Amino acid sequence: MTIRIAAEGLSKTFTLHTQGGTVLPVFDGVGLEVGAGECVCLHGPSGAGKSSLLRSLYANYKPDAGRVLVAHEGGEVDLLSADPWEVVEIRRRTIGYVSQFLRVIPRVPTLEVVAEPALSIGRDPAETYAAARTLLTRLRIPERLWSLAPATFSGGEQQRVNIARGFIVDYPVLLLDEPTASLDAANRQTVIDLIREAKERGAAIVGIFHDAEVRNAITDRFFEMRPGLA
Amino acid sequence: MSAREPILDVRNVDKRYGETVACEDVSFTLRRGEVLGIVGESGSGKTTLLRCLAGRLAPDSGEILVDIPGLGRSDIVAMDEARREQALPLALSLVHQNPRDGIRLDISAGGNISEPLMGQGRRHYGDLRSVALHWLKRVEIAPGRIDSLARTFSGGMQQRLQIARCLVTHPQLVLMDEPTGGLDVSVQARLLDLLRGLVRELGIAAVVVTHDLAVVRLLADRLMVMQRGRVIEEGLTDQVLDDPHHPYTQLLASSVLQA
Repeated sequence: MTIRIAAEGLSKTFTLHTQGGTVLPVFDGVGLEVGAGECVCLHGPSGAGKSSLLRSLYANYKPDAGRVLVAHEGGEVDLLSADPWEVVEIRRRTIGYVSQFLRVIPRVPTLEVVAEPALSIGRDPAETYAAARTLLTRLRIPERLWSLAPATFSGGEQQRVNIARGFIVDYPVLLLDEPTASLDAANRQTVIDLIREAKERGAAIVGIFHDAEVRNAITDRFFEMRPGLA
Repeated sequence: MSAREPILDVRNVDKRYGETVACEDVSFTLRRGEVLGIVGESGSGKTTLLRCLAGRLAPDSGEILVDIPGLGRSDIVAMDEARREQALPLALSLVHQNPRDGIRLDISAGGNISEPLMGQGRRHYGDLRSVALHWLKRVEIAPGRIDSLARTFSGGMQQRLQIARCLVTHPQLVLMDEPTGGLDVSVQARLLDLLRGLVRELGIAAVVVTHDLAVVRLLADRLMVMQRGRVIEEGLTDQVLDDPHHPYTQLLASSVLQA
């Protein structure tokens, strides 16, 4: 199996300078390899550092030590020592990150919000918009909303727009932070289907899934985490 | 991965006003299509740095290498003033916080847009007018206002006009000083969205100085945090804002009021 993303000796603490310099250890010496077509579920109690690890795999958090090796366009890049422009490129083409929160851009219509990641890497506009419409339909966003900016949508609708945006590019690596939190059963099933399809095309997936039904449907392997250490 | 070419290379720039340090040992590289945000409180040196980059202020030491069309990479600090004034507008534009500093109030909107082109030797009236119409549309000003004096525009319209005037020459680098400062929140959102679209579509590199973290989050790929003239933290924008390491950056990131 081809390894698509790997963490080596990853350690993370937070030093809170605004709170008297308190040091919070989050995880220490984490090693994790995820291959093509595999889905690893980060598992452990609240506060065990699951989200911090996931964010570190996206270079959203800066670990204190270790490497995050990503297979990117035929080579291997350490995300933590790469230049900012390289990380931007890797995020555009190789690693997708889907959380339950949409960062709303003022005035940009829903269809454009969904299509943007694919258009920005030069994908064919006609195919991209067709794919965006399919995703929005599958996620039950009514067509009358597609031309509106999602700022005024309900939380659940914004969440589903964000999922559509996360799946518009066939990223080789997908990081999923509770993508199904608070979705209804039908939409939860759609997200399960989308994740399965991503696995079938060979995506390496690391996720946090609190919902047992989702977890059981897609997880190949659990990565156990405990508070304060790996 | 092929690296995009650097368009701006800043090396060890120092600037003092008497005993006061405005910029100390500032270095960074900006590549084509990259947007860099610079944040910091008043007096942190961010505006001084921007004025040095724009060639409006001479640093005490250091190099500022700009890729200038026809000249190649040139140190604008070492260049003589006359040459700098002639060459720099080919490479970069400066968007002022106050649009009145960047447009001419007593000429028409169309005149404001075509003037920089005339400065580059374009004279054909019909061409200039059609370019002006095109840019008015791009910045969402009604074409019917082309002959109105800039003075008669609202603050938000004047700011959009200034942006058109700055982009009409297709600079590869745009420097912006608090581009949304002093505007109503609703006008800010529109301007931000417009800037974001233009920057991406035209593939220009930009340096945006602001104290508004929401502005950098929306516009900038990278972020530099300045305090007392020094760069104290830098990295990807989301990284610096979501996992700040320096005490001052932590204070800044935790002080944002949630709307």
